[in-house]
Amino acid sequence: MPTIETKEGPLWRKRTTLKQWLIWGGWLIGLCIAVYAWQLISEKTIWMFVWDAPRQMSDIGERMVPPDWSYMPKLWRPVWDTLNIATIGTAIAMCLAVPIAFLAAHNTTPHKSVRAVMLFIIVATRSVNSLIWALLLVVIVGPGVLAGTIAIGIRSIGGCAKLIYESIEEIDPKQVEAIKATGGSRAQQMVYGILPQVLPTIAGVGVFRWDINVRGSTILGIVGAGGIGIQLSASINVLAWTQVTTILIVILGTVFVSEYISAKVRGAII
Amino acid sequence: MNEASPHYAETWKKPPFIKSSLLRYLIYLGTVTYFFLAIYTMDVNWTRVAEGIPRGMDMISKFFPPDLSDSRGVILDGILESIWMAIISTIGGVLLSIPIGLGAARNLAPTWIYLFCRGIIAVSRTFPEVILAIFAVKFFGFGPFAGFIALAIGTIGFWAKLLAEDIENMSKSQAEAVRATGATWLQWINYAIQPQVLPRMIGLSLYRLDINFRESAVVGIVGAGGIGAHLLTSVQRYEYATTATILFAIIAIVITLEYSSGYLRKWVQ
Repeated sequence: MPTIETKEGPLWRKRTTLKQWLIWGGWLIGLCIAVYAWQLISEKTIWMFVWDAPRQMSDIGERMVPPDWSYMPKLWRPVWDTLNIATIGTAIAMCLAVPIAFLAAHNTTPHKSVRAVMLFIIVATRSVNSLIWALLLVVIVGPGVLAGTIAIGIRSIGGCAKLIYESIEEIDPKQVEAIKATGGSRAQQMVYGILPQVLPTIAGVGVFRWDINVRGSTILGIVGAGGIGIQLSASINVLAWTQVTTILIVILGTVFVSEYISAKVRGAII
Repeated sequence: MNEASPHYAETWKKPPFIKSSLLRYLIYLGTVTYFFLAIYTMDVNWTRVAEGIPRGMDMISKFFPPDLSDSRGVILDGILESIWMAIISTIGGVLLSIPIGLGAARNLAPTWIYLFCRGIIAVSRTFPEVILAIFAVKFFGFGPFAGFIALAIGTIGFWAKLLAEDIENMSKSQAEAVRATGATWLQWINYAIQPQVLPRMIGLSLYRLDINFRESAVVGIVGAGGIGAHLLTSVQRYEYATTATILFAIIAIVITLEYSSGYLRKWVQ
């Protein structure tokens, strides 16, 4: 702890002078970036609309109540589709992510070049949002649930494989050595030495990803890729605000239930 | 001397992951039934899918080489807009999250503030950024301001929740020690709580910046500024070479951000 000698005796300071200046400089740079970014954004903003926002909010808010419960029966099917997109998408992703993770982890990969390719697949799939994948897939396989499912699947490959390969790299090598010492083949080492150690992680990652995917699949309908998003954007486009409220409540409920299930299952696994 | 030799098991089976066999088979049965129903009810137009495969091949072949010419001069502009939107919404979201996160910590706030703040967090966590963006566009008009609002609200759900959890798990003795010196409430927050949570929260802000950039690339699809709008246009105009440029740019920026934020996080902690 640095002190400064003054006439009255040593004065306690939390940091050295240099450190203090560095931190101060860091804040200054941060402030400059914030001001610059704000300026750019505000240049592109029509402030008249922003000042008008409170009126718009109260206007739309008034139109949104009471929720149109008679629309509910038409929403069960989209909710079912949304959940299916998330679940099947996650299942596809997990089937692909586990082998990719084993090929990508440095202690199980057959070759460095394979590892590089797998890491690229992981990064590329997880950098691009599922909505963008859906946008492209709607062009390829046509609008509907299939496009959404594949989009969620592709996006989740990277998300899951990254967490799984990191946990494979962190396993306890002694257990693998023990299997090796009994004369186990490479495949047996993986099945009996590595897999039991990472299985809880794999299951946990799958459930965690499923929870995220339920949330993600509620919006895919905006680009036509199935699920409740189709109803949401249709109702917004025709300004049927009471239906919008119903849909939002349904989404809220679905997400809460999925979060509850995933927390329970993860609690049971780990 | 004909003592029966003790019987050892000749074979060994791996113990199952789920121990109760009834539960195990119920889960298997449930999973199979569910997937059967889900796939059975899935509405897929297979002729359209078959038609789509050559289209997909065509799309991928047009991806290479990506069209770097940026003929309408909007790609660079859009990407920069996305980046700045991500930065300002992270900063704004974090600033808004601090009071909400303090209020949502069980050990700091009275019950009614706690419930109110938890409510804000729950709502902003539930809705995906794109839905928030749709509403922001309705309220604030088209453009990056709506995206800023949507992403900042999304940031609250993430950051304030983790801040609250961090405060709830902090060491109580430090807080008590500072309180015992007769510190005011603000001093107590600043000297007892802030140093305990700051390093982790800076790391989480950088992580959130990552997420916000990824999201800022798509909120444009609903009109909330950034590169998303151009991406949508390029797909609708079948300009797949431009689409490829945008996709590769997004991937490159995400990788750069991820590495630099990982590096910065290590340096901070």
